Amino acid sequence: MNEMTPDRQERSANLKGMGTSRKRVEDARFTQGKGNYVDDLKLPGMLVGDFVRSPHAHARVTSIDASAALELPGVIAVLTAKDLEPLGLHWMPTLAGDKQMVLADGKVLFQGQEVAFVVAEDKYIAADAVELVEVEYDDLPVVVDPFAAMAEDAPVLREDLQGQSEGAHGPRRHHNHIFLWEEGDKDGAQAAIDQSEVVAEERIYYHRTHPCPLETCGCVASMDKINGKLTLHGTFQAPHVVRTVASLLSGLDEHNIRVISPDIGGGFGNKVGVYPGYICSIVASIVTGRPVKWVEDRMENLLSTAFARDYWMDGRIGATRDGKITGLQCHVTADHGAFDACADPTKFPAGFFHICTGSYDIPVAHVGVDGVYTNKAPGGVAYRCSFRVTEAAYFIERMIEILAIKLNMDAAELRRINFIPADQFPYTSALGWEYDSGDYHTAWDKALKAVDYEGLRREQAERVEAFRRGETRKLLGIGLTHFTEIVGAGPVKNCDILGMGMFDSCEIRIHPTGSAIARLGTISQGQGHATTFAQILASEIGIPADKITIEEGDTDTAPYGLGTYGSRSTPVAGAATAMAGRKIRAKAQMIAAYLLEVHDDDLEWDIDRFAVKGAPERFKTMADIAFASYHQAVPGVEPGLEAVSYYDPPNMTYPFGAYICVMEVDVDTGETQVRQFYALDDCGTRINPMVIEGQVHGGLTEAYAIAMAQEITYDDMGNMKTATLMDFFLPTAWETPHYTTDFTETPSPHHPIGAKGVGESPNVGGVPAFSNAVHDAFRAFGLTQSHMPHDHWRIWKTARDLGLHG
Amino acid sequence: MPGKMHLKMTVNGAEVECLAEPRELLVHVLRERLNLTGTHIGCETSHCGACTVDLDGKSVKSCTVLAGQAQGAEITTIEGIASPEGMHVLQEMFREHHGLQCGFCTPGMITRAWRLLQENPNPTEEEVRFGMAGNLCRCTGYQNIIRAIMAAAAEMSAGREAAE
Amino acid sequence: MIPAAFEYHRPSDIDSVIGLLRKHGDEARVVAGGHSLVPMMKLRMAAPEHLIDLRDLADLRGIDIGHPIRIGAMTTQHELLTHAGLAEAAPIIAEAARQIADPQVRYLGTIGGNVANGDPGNDMPGLMQCLDARFTLVGPDGTRDVAARDFFEAAYMTDREEEELLVAISFDPSAGGYAYEKQKRKIGDYATAAAAVLLQAEGGKVSSAAIAMTNLSDVPVFSAAAGDALIGTDCNHKAVRAAIDAMLGEIDPMEDNRGPVEFKQHVAGIILARAIARAWSRV
Repeated sequence: MNEMTPDRQERSANLKGMGTSRKRVEDARFTQGKGNYVDDLKLPGMLVGDFVRSPHAHARVTSIDASAALELPGVIAVLTAKDLEPLGLHWMPTLAGDKQMVLADGKVLFQGQEVAFVVAEDKYIAADAVELVEVEYDDLPVVVDPFAAMAEDAPVLREDLQGQSEGAHGPRRHHNHIFLWEEGDKDGAQAAIDQSEVVAEERIYYHRTHPCPLETCGCVASMDKINGKLTLHGTFQAPHVVRTVASLLSGLDEHNIRVISPDIGGGFGNKVGVYPGYICSIVASIVTGRPVKWVEDRMENLLSTAFARDYWMDGRIGATRDGKITGLQCHVTADHGAFDACADPTKFPAGFFHICTGSYDIPVAHVGVDGVYTNKAPGGVAYRCSFRVTEAAYFIERMIEILAIKLNMDAAELRRINFIPADQFPYTSALGWEYDSGDYHTAWDKALKAVDYEGLRREQAERVEAFRRGETRKLLGIGLTHFTEIVGAGPVKNCDILGMGMFDSCEIRIHPTGSAIARLGTISQGQGHATTFAQILASEIGIPADKITIEEGDTDTAPYGLGTYGSRSTPVAGAATAMAGRKIRAKAQMIAAYLLEVHDDDLEWDIDRFAVKGAPERFKTMADIAFASYHQAVPGVEPGLEAVSYYDPPNMTYPFGAYICVMEVDVDTGETQVRQFYALDDCGTRINPMVIEGQVHGGLTEAYAIAMAQEITYDDMGNMKTATLMDFFLPTAWETPHYTTDFTETPSPHHPIGAKGVGESPNVGGVPAFSNAVHDAFRAFGLTQSHMPHDHWRIWKTARDLGLHG
Repeated sequence: MPGKMHLKMTVNGAEVECLAEPRELLVHVLRERLNLTGTHIGCETSHCGACTVDLDGKSVKSCTVLAGQAQGAEITTIEGIASPEGMHVLQEMFREHHGLQCGFCTPGMITRAWRLLQENPNPTEEEVRFGMAGNLCRCTGYQNIIRAIMAAAAEMSAGREAAE
Repeated sequence: MIPAAFEYHRPSDIDSVIGLLRKHGDEARVVAGGHSLVPMMKLRMAAPEHLIDLRDLADLRGIDIGHPIRIGAMTTQHELLTHAGLAEAAPIIAEAARQIADPQVRYLGTIGGNVANGDPGNDMPGLMQCLDARFTLVGPDGTRDVAARDFFEAAYMTDREEEELLVAISFDPSAGGYAYEKQKRKIGDYATAAAAVLLQAEGGKVSSAAIAMTNLSDVPVFSAAAGDALIGTDCNHKAVRAAIDAMLGEIDPMEDNRGPVEFKQHVAGIILARAIARAWSRV
């Protein structure tokens, strides 16, 4: 009975359930131009909003004269902070417990800040009107460096907080200080490292960058004054959170607000937060009684909505002479810009940065993070990252390399002797996390073997000799990374955003003829939920994935959930889907028992049916049961076949991976070429290998961009120097490396299907792999640390500083 | 203020007319006046290629073409790639090889690849990467896009050989 | 990013263009492919009140392979890249065109727009100086030719008068070795540094050399001294070093996102050395 007979194989294959590379159901509409993105929406009478933005990084706004703009035919209104103030909407709360100006209230704090909102009949008129709004500014001194911001005599940026010694996350010790957040054993870590035989100490900078999805942020707010209902379509990674926040801010009852996330053109963390454009559109729609669309352009996107990283990480790591790590310390100076607009779980103002002990068994550790205000755009979002996990992985994977240099040891071997052994899981880290499962040694050995690590090291040594003999100007770098992530926020007891617990949900309805619809609290932005969640359900309830519709993003129909970011969809909503499916199956079993006239316990589940134990020819398929559930009276059982699950995970999941990057580095021009990139991911149970591979390719490409050239950078006056795609690096097919993917499979013991999530792994692990390759190329010449991004001129400077230009 | 012009174009085989200001960008004319929203706007500085359409036999970035410049043009957008019989091979291969995720770059990618394969029916991988370098994707890392285009080229060649 | 309003003109002959330019003066701009001007208009860094579209001027298109080679100003980069006769007669053009922008931009971007705009980032100006091209300008007073090496005055400032139109570019076929070497950050970027090199040899020694550099000053830099340093040599290390030193004396790069001045100077030298080596290998 249990061997897969041809019949069973066929029935199983028919489901297209977990583990199959099912083709995506989304693709028919996307490939034919029939996607439905926010900017595609056109409502009758719709107006367009556009912002007047500050050209200055820090200035007092002395006057705003909109009269010329208002005279332009087709201009309906120009909103300023004065108009929003009576509604209490000239400021808004951020998801990080800070508050942010919706429109400039007396001063501006970063270049591109929203000053006035023009509402007009179309975007051409709106753009003309923006030019006609006259704003006068008095310049104030600009601070773009977080260390300078903490100087005694630094200008006061946030006058609204002046004199407040308590912030959302504890005491503030300076007028530009936001919080100090600490975890671990401070004295213990200090003592352990002080007493270590070998100590490595370094400042690691993870530069400021931006998620930059191809579709920018936008919304259409539509207030129906007759019914008192507000409908808000938008690029929201967390539509239900937006509804609750909108209700709290506007005073509208939550049932009168409908938030819809249609198709989203990539998110990567950019579309989690609440932006002034949303508030202004809502207000403008309420004021005018007409729908109002606001879609930012690319410059506005890079200038104002979200940035990521900007972490200055001062690390110390101790070890014995033979390489066993004894302790780890890290102090971070976190540049949050003008407002702390992270989207981290409220208890964690530095996110899960304390996963920074990585894959290693480190006995004692301490981290402290100081958040600081500067005259830069607000944010600090998790760019393809589970809340500062990227920064943490980069930190530890650089510190390991630096320690290897100090120990004069091979960095692969140093990792191996410090890995948490497989038999120690579940493992509690020195900073308090309980790692669910892992087998790092197996993954590492597989990776090293796949690339012929020994052979690469021999080739590298020969290259160094050839370089010294003057036969080549190119060095070879071997970038190693073994990362451990923490994703799937999270247990509600730990993780909430502004008090909203981070569970997620799934609601299933089986239709009488054996097809189904499932709705979730998450929202796909390219991850392919409509495809993969149907696969989970197909395996759980035996209905073919092709007969299951997945729907997300409409708060009027979908169950409440916290949305899609931080690789939480599979760990949380995926679990909810499986659990709801199991409720369906439990009820189905009762119905089948009645139909087959046997006891519940006499039945066993067999792919797509319940069969009588020992008599497989006597069975009822899920389709049979579905029909009966609606149309046949089953004693003691309610009609219908529906279930809902709200899943609060008992723990987070800990995906891991081993990445190896082989890179050619031209010391004269600073150009680089990735010769080989091998990525082994362990995301637990694999739902759709094709989709996993796609996620890895995409995440690695974002990592490549970040590590090698992508940055948000400002001059001393606070002018952003990288506000278009000419200067903000997004690689094309021409620059992007080729990748080889691989896997091991270590299921999560606490997740219903053992899945861990994968979307962010390649970004988390990719950045240190690329960066380590650059550093490794120069290791023989004495390089310890250089800052990302490793663009041409920075690599050239490294080579020059090492004396490699003769 | 200058007035609107009477714009006539052939779009996806049909003659269309509308009134538009000469300064209107072709992408806005297509999306907002003609309701062809498959063509997307990603960067507005002619870097990303999400707005790629075919204009008089050339792949162009419609965010950087003025309505006036498109007067009389013959245009194919993503909505015009498939035939009544079904999806174009490129569209099928993008699905088959997972050449898309969020779908936002996809219309521009396919429209560009459609022209590329007409000019070079049997491209090497390097030629595809070079020929597609005017289109940015943030999700896929391109590897599967390239694979999809190569597969489409192979299939289309096989189809031509079978027809001969 | 929305351009300001303008009046649109689409004349079909050169006289009409000149007439419009005379009438509207600095309120008018001509547009060819539009890939320099339209982005500037969208950013409202340019807001012409009259836009004169040249696309109906058939006379401005086409490549005539003769002595000299004559290229109409409205010829696109794509046409330069795919023209078989031009690949034979002046292969350096395709080598450079391939490194300009991306496929879509090359379909519309024109050689005339690339040189006439005076953008120091553009590749064609330096290349045209290397080829010793002549630019044919038509204005109210008739037609005149200007040498590419005399045309560029400062960033976005050229010898073209406001009422003149660039109609064609001509140059002699280039025998010998050639190379266009360009370092950039990615497809679509301007050069960090680029070098155009043409070499001819007699008896194993350089008999003539032309060298021009791109995006290393506010104008393209034709370095006669760099070329002279190669004459009579076999492009050995010392000669190349001398050429680089001569070139470095004439460029004046600015710091930008591509890097600091010292880096650009270093890269300019490396790029020139590579271009000379490749050109010499093709002699």
